[in-house]
Amino acid sequence: MDYISVGESVPRKDAWEKASGAARYNSDRIQPGLLHGALVTSTCAHGLIKSIDLGAALTMPGVINIITGADFPVLSGPVLEDHPPLASGKVRYYGEPVAVVIAATEAQAVAAVGAVNIEYEALPIVTSPLDSFKPGAPLIHERVDLYKRMVSDVYPEKDTNIADHIKIRKGDLPKGWAASHTIIEAEYDLPQADHIAMETRNVQAEILPGDEVVIHSSSQTPFSIRKEISSCFGIDLGKITVHVPLVGGGFGGKAAVQLELIAYMASLSVGGRPVKIANTREQDISTSPSQLGLHARIKLGADQSGRFTALEAIFMVDSGAYCDIGSRMAKSMAMNCTGPYRIDNVWCDSYCIYTNHIYATSFRGFGHLEFTFALERSLDKLAAQMQLDPLELRRRNALKAGDSSPTQVALTTSNLGNLEACLDKLKSLINWDQGRYISIDANTVRSKGISCLWKTSNSPTDAFSGAMVIINPDGSINLIVGAVEIGPGMLTTLAQILAEKMKMDINRIHVHMPVDTRVSPHHWKTVGSMTTYMVGKAVLEAAQDAINQLLSLAAMVLKVSPSDLDVARERVYLKDNPDYYMDIADIGHAYKYPDGNSVGGQVIGRGSFVMRHLTPLDPNTGRGRPGPAWTVGAQAVEVEYNRRDHSYKILKAVTVLDAGKVINPKHARGVITGGVSMGLGVATREEIIYDEQGQIGTSSLRTYKVLHCGQQPEYVVDYVETPLLDSPYGARPIGEHGIIGMPAALANSLSLAAGIELDQLPLTPELIWKRLEEEKR
Amino acid sequence: MMFQMQQIGPIQLDINGAKISAVVRPADTLLYALREVLGLTAAKPGCENGDCGSCTVLVDGLPVKSCLMLAVEAVGHKITTLEGLQDAPIQKAFVEHRAFQCGYCTPGFIMTCQGLIEKHPDADEDTMFTWLESNICRCTSYEEITGAVRSVLNITPE
Repeated sequence: MDYISVGESVPRKDAWEKASGAARYNSDRIQPGLLHGALVTSTCAHGLIKSIDLGAALTMPGVINIITGADFPVLSGPVLEDHPPLASGKVRYYGEPVAVVIAATEAQAVAAVGAVNIEYEALPIVTSPLDSFKPGAPLIHERVDLYKRMVSDVYPEKDTNIADHIKIRKGDLPKGWAASHTIIEAEYDLPQADHIAMETRNVQAEILPGDEVVIHSSSQTPFSIRKEISSCFGIDLGKITVHVPLVGGGFGGKAAVQLELIAYMASLSVGGRPVKIANTREQDISTSPSQLGLHARIKLGADQSGRFTALEAIFMVDSGAYCDIGSRMAKSMAMNCTGPYRIDNVWCDSYCIYTNHIYATSFRGFGHLEFTFALERSLDKLAAQMQLDPLELRRRNALKAGDSSPTQVALTTSNLGNLEACLDKLKSLINWDQGRYISIDANTVRSKGISCLWKTSNSPTDAFSGAMVIINPDGSINLIVGAVEIGPGMLTTLAQILAEKMKMDINRIHVHMPVDTRVSPHHWKTVGSMTTYMVGKAVLEAAQDAINQLLSLAAMVLKVSPSDLDVARERVYLKDNPDYYMDIADIGHAYKYPDGNSVGGQVIGRGSFVMRHLTPLDPNTGRGRPGPAWTVGAQAVEVEYNRRDHSYKILKAVTVLDAGKVINPKHARGVITGGVSMGLGVATREEIIYDEQGQIGTSSLRTYKVLHCGQQPEYVVDYVETPLLDSPYGARPIGEHGIIGMPAALANSLSLAAGIELDQLPLTPELIWKRLEEEKR
Repeated sequence: MMFQMQQIGPIQLDINGAKISAVVRPADTLLYALREVLGLTAAKPGCENGDCGSCTVLVDGLPVKSCLMLAVEAVGHKITTLEGLQDAPIQKAFVEHRAFQCGYCTPGFIMTCQGLIEKHPDADEDTMFTWLESNICRCTSYEEITGAVRSVLNITPE
């Protein structure tokens, strides 16, 4: 009997560390001689820096140095190099780092921040992507066309606030409109929100004698930190080491490289001594990057039978003051703009737009929550106008094998999955046939809303991952990868994949949790729900490599052919006589013959994986293959709405995903319901609010509200399992997906309940009331 | 117990059953003293404004956000941090119910739950939710955490 691991809810590898308080996060690290850096941040959303007076602050107790952007005239950015780590010459958002005070203690550094005097000359501010898009809008970056492009496919437009413009041109749009029986048009607005990882971003930087740079960070992207420090400051990549321990939540927010660059500069300015910079919660919201905002315009047509004929979509991504990864999210929206529906005639213009908001970075769902909201609201409007059942409309148009994506990728059962089967399950789990609008009493109604979703990743075409398995003298295995444990238990999942492959007890697999870029094999980034797929494939290859080594050594010792042998339960055995075997413990670290002679050596299996057949999108048509495969799904919510005061309670939230293969059921449910919960937070209350001067009014957890315990609905999660054939055990990405359709499903449900179109977020009772009042006028 | 502290100096704290001397400033919070002076890093800073609960410890058996209490205020009280629990039923329940993902809010959440269990061993569902509102978890859906607490309190879900 072999050990079964894949498909079992094995416990997390880090469970007791976390339940006992022993788990160490980055800022739990104690380092001798550590200095503290405190950020001086801009109080002006757009302005010229007229003067910076450091005189008083430099004389404060404990202050060692203060640096400003003028000391480091460098630019950074993963897509466009448009971002000075410390503002230089001008500031572009409220909260932007302008200077760093380095002092002996945190309290001394913070005290001196108040003594730094900065004079700004205010410039006109731009506070929405729509305003920023208008001709004549104040330019946030004067020469966007001159910035160095870090990727080949980014298209900033000269003399505008447009950092990138992605076009999808598929089919024949006029023909599509001509074939339409019903066409609806609508606009949607989503504000920026924040990741609110419970651990705020924090970093320690040190430069050792010999110019070795050592960074300790709470990050999803240790390898990007190394690359950006190298490129920004011209340091050999190999001289930089980045350490990342367990991370206290990421959600995309810790994929951006920001404080690491600043901490490096701070350390350099004090002779390489170690400097720590830790965000306060207020800085984590208003200084470090947020979720994007969106203005979207959707025009959607369908023929008499309710089949979609044409889609025109305009997405204006509020990327804030800098491009960061906003342009990749604009691309992500464009490449999946039809949702999981067949639409043969598609135009999409997706813009990444600068505003004087905090800059945006990746956020769970990578733009999919946002465009899905616009698209799925439009679907419900179309259904209403055509008097079609919204679920039936979605089912009728669901993409199938043989169709193609907006970027003209041929879809197969393997790379797409089965949306119809998800919708069928959803229909029964939400009791759709019972009715989606039920009056309970004079003031109370219950209503249901749905949304479908799909997502593929959007990585560089050469994104890659490695893995290493090392056999211990006792026959157990160490697994070393470059993925960061940010919460969902990916490293446990990888151990399961390895245990299944080696047919051994998972408790005998030891996962090296921290990432050290000098030791750990490379992993592109811990983002995009791609760890199981990318690193999982590398782990399988590493395991096979180790197995091959074990078989060939055992074959020699046992005087058989390697093909006669197999591996299971930490033994190498004869396939036709499993009682004839050797323990891996006896050969994993060389085999010693009875006379003392030894052969072999330590078995170290190595594996790697690189994305296959990906291409950049064609700049004129968008044709290209951006990601390996999709995950499709369908979600629903049921609410109880009070017609009198517009309050509501979310009773039930249902998610059905085509997961390919569920590797760890309890972890899968946890990560999906966690996404749903965050999606309901974004849908109901989360929003970064700016005042007229562009200052953030929601920079604490007292003003920026997230879902609290007791506010959660009943969660229902179910799966369809259509294997992704080239993925480990058929598993599809599921890490982000719970969040994607929730705001749309809730808005669809509340629009029905309140009898008013709700086309923006968050869906507060006040918003519903205002919309109803507007309609009365 | 009245205690006046005017400058940096040693105070005596009672933490996890041990009497410990710590040199702190009058302005240092209990959270700062625990983490930066004593190396007890289970309690975590999350907002340092009393909003998130990740720094929760027990003070004489009641959950207190250690970012809102000065270290000097803790003199004369019994402080329990997550390091002071050993295989407590609530820890086992958190593990069994998968009541955490990133684990950063976990020390604070477990201490709030432990306070609830000690103070109200017969708590009902409403009492449980009232207590648990004080902490934020951003990874889980709270279903797992309430499941863990219910299992220790023997509450049958409504």
